[in-house]
Amino acid sequence: MTFGEDSRDPGGLRLNPAELVPGLDTGPGGPAGRPSAPDNRSVPSHEMDIRIPADVSAALPSAAYFTGAVFWLVIGSLLGFLSSLKFNSPDLLSATPMLTFGRVRPAHLNAVVYGWVSLAGAGMTVWMVGRLCRTPVRWTALLFLSALLWNAGLAAGTWWLIDGQSRGLEWLEYPRPAAVLIAAAYVLFALSMFRTFSARAVKHIYVSLWYILASLTWFPVLYLVANTFSYSGVAQAAMNWWYAHNLLTVWVSPLGLAGAYYFIPKIIGRPVYSYSLGVLGFWTFALFYNWNGLHHLVGGPLPTWAVSLSIAASLLMFIPVIAVAVNHHMTAFRHLGMVKRSPVLRFVVFGAVSYTLVSVQGSLEATRAVQEIVHFTHYTVGHAHLGVYAFASMVLFGAMYYIVPRLLMREWPSPWLIEFHFWTAAVGVMLFVVSLTFGGWLQGMAMAEEGVPFLDSVAVTVPYLWVRSGGGALMTLGNLVFALHFTWILITSAREGIRPVPEIHAAAGGR
Amino acid sequence: MSFVRLVLFFLGVLAALLLGWWAIVGLPESMLAKVAAPSGLKPYTQEQAAGRETYIREGCVYCHSQQPRPEGFGADQSRFWGRPSIAADYVYDTPHLLGTMRSGPDLFNVSVRRPDSVWHYEHLHDPRHLVPGSIMPRFPWLFDEGTSAPAPEGRVLVAYLLSLDHTYPITPHDTVESSP
Ligand code: HEC
Ligand code: HEM
Repeated sequence: MTFGEDSRDPGGLRLNPAELVPGLDTGPGGPAGRPSAPDNRSVPSHEMDIRIPADVSAALPSAAYFTGAVFWLVIGSLLGFLSSLKFNSPDLLSATPMLTFGRVRPAHLNAVVYGWVSLAGAGMTVWMVGRLCRTPVRWTALLFLSALLWNAGLAAGTWWLIDGQSRGLEWLEYPRPAAVLIAAAYVLFALSMFRTFSARAVKHIYVSLWYILASLTWFPVLYLVANTFSYSGVAQAAMNWWYAHNLLTVWVSPLGLAGAYYFIPKIIGRPVYSYSLGVLGFWTFALFYNWNGLHHLVGGPLPTWAVSLSIAASLLMFIPVIAVAVNHHMTAFRHLGMVKRSPVLRFVVFGAVSYTLVSVQGSLEATRAVQEIVHFTHYTVGHAHLGVYAFASMVLFGAMYYIVPRLLMREWPSPWLIEFHFWTAAVGVMLFVVSLTFGGWLQGMAMAEEGVPFLDSVAVTVPYLWVRSGGGALMTLGNLVFALHFTWILITSAREGIRPVPEIHAAAGGR
Repeated sequence: MSFVRLVLFFLGVLAALLLGWWAIVGLPESMLAKVAAPSGLKPYTQEQAAGRETYIREGCVYCHSQQPRPEGFGADQSRFWGRPSIAADYVYDTPHLLGTMRSGPDLFNVSVRRPDSVWHYEHLHDPRHLVPGSIMPRFPWLFDEGTSAPAPEGRVLVAYLLSLDHTYPITPHDTVESSP
């Protein structure tokens, strides 16, 4: 019997006794893409002797990153919701400089991107690298320091933005000292991960690990380059959007893809559909995605050829996107019943489908004909949330629902709350994206129409922005419930202690 | 994975990132670096520069772009937002404020259509008082609480807004950057 088909364990949420010693494995596909036995209960006991120290090593650092992630998810969602309400009633809280739209909005973006997504991604990465390398995570002291610095950077940066000390570059608003803290935190994290990787006890490197390794190499270079060159004017704009788009290329998307590549086959208990598509998808992703940035400046004062390069690269993205889509969806759609039964899988598959949608949308959106209409509108904001929320965040939610019980050695207190989170998040983000897609399109049509007063382009969006706030309220609510649930399991673990592993090992009959 | 393949992997990954940088940042930059200010463009005065800081601090860029687009690409020209901007118009701008949202109108040449400082003061104090249906925030802290007279920060911001006029003539010399 495979792990996933266990009727008592609908897809990875519940722990069976042997699973309480979460094993190391070579990845869902196993060596050379063949299925490894996902059933931990058939694992011989000497194998367990390797697994125990490894798992203990990942538990606390991952939990530290996740705790920070959840904190920033709450702060970030509230800031986003407030930004949204200000479009509906501009005079809301408008006498306080600290709560003006132009400060709350960048604080929102930075908190959710560098806080929630990045920290949750780091926590997931620590755990997955240990598993995929079949070895204890090394240099964990660095990870604790990293989590500390990361959160300090976020706290300082958020405060400085609210206090009005933005650097004024989108996605790079945090003042230098906050950026330095975050960069240092990332480097410590990457060092520990590379050290673990170099001590790996596997020959085969699973697809998820390719994305992670690439990401660990890319991000420090990206961040360093963007923060050191002091260009001005149009060249600075080019650098700015190269950076901002590449943050998705080198960090947010690889996290989401690594997670989807890991959890879909893992929970279904089948290998990834095609190894060669995986290779094709990875390298075309690496090649084309890095050229996309200037599609944020179509029609602007940049050299036309440079913008055209980015548009062409955006269209070429169809290749990696289709490759990844086939790999993810062929595996999931053959086991739709499991997607229904497994909460973890539901989050991850929702994310993977959103990745396909947002990428196809993005490629089309980059063309000049579409940019002429939607470039400066709310359509873009809808696209952003389809990417960073419906894709990356949903995969990360799923990952945390799977990983946290295996860190703390206890199950989630309430499956019902997970169900609630899924539906609020899924319905919320769909309302958000659909309303802004239509509203933004109409806004763009009004703006591009000669003779139509500008204010008509404002007025036409009003009902859609209300629906967006409704969707945002659901997302925020779901995120708060998730945070409560996470706090609940943390507090129980702190009070009752994390069960010592050898004890569980014995309880599981040494299997 | 053998050691050699691993090295190739990391080199490939790094090359992909840097190649992208070179193509869409490095190469354009090396051309743009040669661009000089058009004769009609003046550097910011101290007051205008301070106002620009306020513009950044209050996040006007999240609703206002500063990049009119050419005829045939959107209706910017028919809205009299000014001639299409060129790279030379921005040589004094750091951080750049090109913007990506138009929840409000493009401001690159706002002082041409709104030359009156009093209008700007009233508008910043309460946009809906002048423009019903506007969703622009009000900025009461840029004014004295009792008298509603502009505080220094409000005054420099309006000085900056009034400097936003890039309708001076440009010569072909100013646009050399466009070909690789
Ligand atoms: C939430 C979005 C938003 C923010 C933030 C915002 N504005 Fe506006 N702005 C608008 C809208 C919408 C209009 C058009 C309606 C009106 O004139 O009030 C507008 C109009 C203007 C106009 C008049 C343009 C014209 O063509 O008549 C000026 C000048 C202006 N804004 C300056 C600013 C400045 C300066 C800031 C920052 C201190 C700012 N705005 C912040 C939305 C915004
Ligand atoms: C927690 C996960 C979330 C993530 C990762 C996220 C991400 C983002 C990103 C990337 C942007 C920039 C968009 C752009 O520049 O085009 C943005 C802007 C925004 N987000 Fe979120 N967001 C999240 C949740 C929310 C929620 C719950 C709301 C509530 C309504 C919200 C409301 C907004 C608003 C109003 C903006 C500004 C849009 C504008 O300037 O017009 N976000 N967010």
